[in-house]
Amino acid sequence: MTLLIGSVTIGLILALLALGIFISFRIFDFPDITAEGSFTFGASITASMIIAGFNPVIATLAAFAGGLLAGTSTGIIHTKFKVNPLLSGILVMTALYSVNLHVMGKSNVPLLSEKTLFTWFENFSIQVSGKDAVFNIIGWNVPAKDIWTLLFCLLIIVVFSLILLWFFRTNLGTAMRATGDNDQMIRALGVNTKGMIIFGVALSNGFIALSGSMLAQFQGFADVQMGIGMMVWGLASVIIGEALISENSLGQVIAGAVIGAVLFRLLVAIALRWGMNPNDLKLITAAFVFIALVLPGFMKRTKKIKLNRQ
Amino acid sequence: MLEIKNLCKTFNAGTINEVMSLQEVNLTIEEGSFVCVLGTNGSGKSTLLNAVAGTFLTDAGTISLNGREITKWPEHKRACYIGRVFQNPFSGTAPAMSIAENLSLAAKRGKKRGLGWGLPVSVRGELQTRIKALNMGLEDRLDSPIGKLSGGQRQALTLLMSSWIRPELLLLDEHTAALDPKTAAKVIELTEKIVTEGKLTTLMVTHSMQQAVNLGDRIIMMHQGRIKYDFRGNDKKRLKVPDLLALFDDLRRKDQIDGTVAELLLENYV
Ligand SMILES: Nc1ncnc2c1ncn2[C@@H]1O[C@H](COP(=O)(O)OP(=O)(O)O)[C@@H](O)[C@H]1O
Ligand SMILES: [Mg+2]
Repeated sequence: MTLLIGSVTIGLILALLALGIFISFRIFDFPDITAEGSFTFGASITASMIIAGFNPVIATLAAFAGGLLAGTSTGIIHTKFKVNPLLSGILVMTALYSVNLHVMGKSNVPLLSEKTLFTWFENFSIQVSGKDAVFNIIGWNVPAKDIWTLLFCLLIIVVFSLILLWFFRTNLGTAMRATGDNDQMIRALGVNTKGMIIFGVALSNGFIALSGSMLAQFQGFADVQMGIGMMVWGLASVIIGEALISENSLGQVIAGAVIGAVLFRLLVAIALRWGMNPNDLKLITAAFVFIALVLPGFMKRTKKIKLNRQ
Repeated sequence: MLEIKNLCKTFNAGTINEVMSLQEVNLTIEEGSFVCVLGTNGSGKSTLLNAVAGTFLTDAGTISLNGREITKWPEHKRACYIGRVFQNPFSGTAPAMSIAENLSLAAKRGKKRGLGWGLPVSVRGELQTRIKALNMGLEDRLDSPIGKLSGGQRQALTLLMSSWIRPELLLLDEHTAALDPKTAAKVIELTEKIVTEGKLTTLMVTHSMQQAVNLGDRIIMMHQGRIKYDFRGNDKKRLKVPDLLALFDDLRRKDQIDGTVAELLLENYV
């Protein structure tokens, strides 16, 4: 049960990553691999700032700002210098590797003895439920602090999802969605589509860096390698989310991405529990996304072939 | 008033694919004038409209709209003053977004888009009345995605969107070419209504000589990147489809003679 609670918490933290990937991949159709660099960037900024004695909230928000900056770079390289989207992302991701090492000063920064957001959640738990309190959930004893941590993460992700939902319904956000849907049309309606793409990719990486920042605080360290594979991970979450929803309304799509992220994390936890080799995790994730990407097209084709035979 | 002076545009300059799509085009369109643009395929009609709209920058010459020189402006900035409908019915609307959302985007053409609510309840009434005026039964489908509509319906909505805020110039590029004749007639009827009611300055490319004869107060005919004929006033009123056909034939015949020979002949005998 503790494992389950922990997995859901990590799933919620990674839901921010899924939302970021949703913005670049689904709103803009921009395969933005900057994600892998900005995830770590968020973690390293927060870790270094916390160690330097900054308030964890400020350190977390700084990670968001760092992500915005990383995304802005990718967006500018793509729109102003006409470098293709994938290559723009690769350039910034590669550059960020060095930047992250500089920010942290070494490849791994432990945070276990530092004051992070999660220390606050635990202190809150001690104050409200008492030290070493346990909740009894359907017969299982779960430490109260784990439950409170989960609830706080849930609150954070709900707040960010609502902000995103609200933003996409404003004039600016509607224009951003239209840029991804039909850029020719929205340019003819007076929108600077290049600016919109830069802004969108920035926002996406802001969410991703926030996710990296929170994961570092939750697991108690930031590592220069922690971003590897995160783009595909986020994409897997988004794809699962899309399979769950019944209509394409904005609210459902956003909720789907969040639930997809949690479910995917749970699936991984279960698979690992059943003895899957952790080294195979990325291989299997990639295979999963590959199948999810080609399967719909494949099914359509077989259907067509069947129809032709009839 | 739109003033185009010595406008030139060459695509793929310096390669074997070089095309001089606009060659020193001069054109002045008065306020409120409705101009039909005719011409053979590849004569530069779309290039002319795209140059005015800012899809690309031109090589030489100037474009000014109501006294503002817009030659170097980016496309989105010109869109503050220019409304557009494209030939492809899919180009003018965002397919995944609802009818209401598309219209609300058009209601902000050229204005600042901030953090205000994109689709306030208060505008739904206006959306509904203006869509109802299209007479296409779309007023009850405000929330369905535009991608589900037919080409004709989308083109009618694009027309409505391009003129939602009165444009100083309306550019229509063969906007009925992809539609079946019945739908095309309906969209043309709507075009006439919108242009007349708003007294809009309009530049409409059309492949249909009948449309050119019926509509507007001026016809220009393009050929090989130049404006070859320009009819206005009573000349335009007298013009009938057979006259236009004869002009096309004439252009085609001149084409068959080698360009340089044609120039010689013209110099010596005309
Ligand atoms: N973006 C472009 N790149 C290269 N060539 C172009 C481009 N746009 C138009 N052309 C060429 O310019 C010429 C005029 O095209 P266009 O203006 O589209 O003709 P039309 O009068 O049929 O609308 C054609 O030869 C066309 O191939
Ligand atoms: Mg054309």
